Amino acid sequence: MRALVRSGDRFFHLAIAAIAALAFLELILPLASVVWVSFFENKIINFPPKGYTLDWYWNAWSMPRFRDGFLVSLQVGVAATLISMLVGVPAAIFLARTRFWGREVIQTVLLGPLIVPGIVAGSALFMFLIEFEVFTGVQVAQTFAGLCLGHSLIALPWTIRLVTASLVGMNQQLEEAASTMGARPFTVFRRVTLPAIRPGIIAGGLFAFVISFVDLEKSLFLVGPGTTTLPIAIVNYLEWSIDPTIAAVATVQIAAIALVMIITDRFFNLTRAF
Amino acid sequence: MSNITLNKVTKRYGNLVTVDALDLEVKDGEFLAFLGPSGCGKTTTLRMIAGLAIPDGGSIRFGNREVTDLPPYMRNAGLVFQGYALFPHMTVADNVAFGLEMRKISRQQIKPRVMEALRIVRMDHLADRLPRQLSGGQQQRVALARAIVYQPDALLLDEPLSALDAKLRLEVRTELRKLQQDLGLTTIFVTHDQDEAISLADRIVVMSNGRIEQVGTPNGIYERPANLFVAEFIGGSNFLKGELDGADRFRLDTGQVIGFGHVGSGSNCSTVSIRPERIRLRSGSAGSGTDATGHEIRATVENVIYRGNLTEIVVGAGDQRLTVHQQNGFDQSARTFSPGDAVVAEWTPESAVLL
Repeated sequence: MRALVRSGDRFFHLAIAAIAALAFLELILPLASVVWVSFFENKIINFPPKGYTLDWYWNAWSMPRFRDGFLVSLQVGVAATLISMLVGVPAAIFLARTRFWGREVIQTVLLGPLIVPGIVAGSALFMFLIEFEVFTGVQVAQTFAGLCLGHSLIALPWTIRLVTASLVGMNQQLEEAASTMGARPFTVFRRVTLPAIRPGIIAGGLFAFVISFVDLEKSLFLVGPGTTTLPIAIVNYLEWSIDPTIAAVATVQIAAIALVMIITDRFFNLTRAF
Repeated sequence: MSNITLNKVTKRYGNLVTVDALDLEVKDGEFLAFLGPSGCGKTTTLRMIAGLAIPDGGSIRFGNREVTDLPPYMRNAGLVFQGYALFPHMTVADNVAFGLEMRKISRQQIKPRVMEALRIVRMDHLADRLPRQLSGGQQQRVALARAIVYQPDALLLDEPLSALDAKLRLEVRTELRKLQQDLGLTTIFVTHDQDEAISLADRIVVMSNGRIEQVGTPNGIYERPANLFVAEFIGGSNFLKGELDGADRFRLDTGQVIGFGHVGSGSNCSTVSIRPERIRLRSGSAGSGTDATGHEIRATVENVIYRGNLTEIVVGAGDQRLTVHQQNGFDQSARTFSPGDAVVAEWTPESAVLL
């Protein structure tokens, strides 16, 4: 009987391990193959490659649309991150610490961007900005500022949710302790709350940047004539040709995001934020 | 330092009254324990004294200073939390310095005072550590240093020992008592551990359902409980049902008439309480349970539980169960009993408390 139970346990653990391994492979293989292809020497992608080269990276960088797209995406990402932090951190603090009527509704609405398809959200945002222009005469759609604003909006739910989670997760007795020791509310926030939720804020900013950097659907509606973000440049290029250049661009994009993650994780334990 | 006065302090959450018109005076330099089961309102009362909760009625004074509606940062109370609540991103020294910084004391003066406070709790050698690098007992001492460093009017302790293991708890208990006496701190200590309250406090406030059941010295609370709740909550006891028979006689339901040494102030005269260690067993069936003045009952041993320093013997006499504690001490020739033995349980009338 005992042996039976044991072998059952072992089978269970093996099954879990196997499923986990499969999931991991499914995540990593497409990424790995893109990186691999970007070094292929042959223009037509077929296996096995004739040899390896870095030419596709030079090729991509020499094409203005990829270079400009990369730079635009970088700028928009940074701007969107800053705006969403500026709005999101105070909003999260208010949502986490104040009880008011409709709080749950707002928190649910903030999940919206996860549920609404990007293309729908993009067109809605575009139409709203056009209406806004009709009423006020100020052009926001199809300007750089409009693009940054739009991206900060799609990043905002992430910032708010991550900061809220870390606020809810922190030991509130720390704040009470500081208060009994003589600290006024703002001092409590600056000296105790802020350091405690820093991982959440950092993670929120990181997510804001990544969400903005990879966004395609909303950017399609929001970019002005002549401007292009990296994901748009990739799609445009894919319409006409497929060669390892695109793999090289994708690799750079992956590397950029990975770099941001690694740097952040080096200074702040990201897993603590989730 | 100052005394603390609570006058009709009340706290409600919705329809639930968690603290009900509490009157209490904590004397200057006194070590007072709030003792009661969870949900009795002891922690809420402490939080109201600290300013972390605002009473719905009544007033709180530190000395002559009315603090009822003051925010915590204007009260000058030192609070030690159950989980210590040390600031995880600050060193031990910075944690202790925090309260002094808030009082706008200059850096040159802060350092020696921090080190002095840490020396008192014997943590000065770990001043540069972070809280997560400390053991539970060490964190507890830092939390204490942090609360006493700015000479609070009241030191408030919310179950500060409950996260420590048994041996350490005893050690810290002794240290805490000594420190409190050396510094002459007016201290309120919240606990659900009667042992802790009895061995630490000058006076104990026994609470249940938001009310004070009894206030008294540890000896008074244990030996002369005011009512059934106190007798049962502190130490446990044997309860014999019956009714008064004249002014100083009590007739048990079995018909036996006994005397008693003390009447609880909240007594409704329906029960007599006898502590397990106040009962002595002798073997045999001699002596009679129906003796008019006899403080003894014929019984049969039902269970014997060895508990180290004492042996717990449960005996039965009809429907009545009695628990008897027999100290395992110097006299090793003490009679040992086994289930089924016929015994006589005896006590003195002074040991019986009418409740």
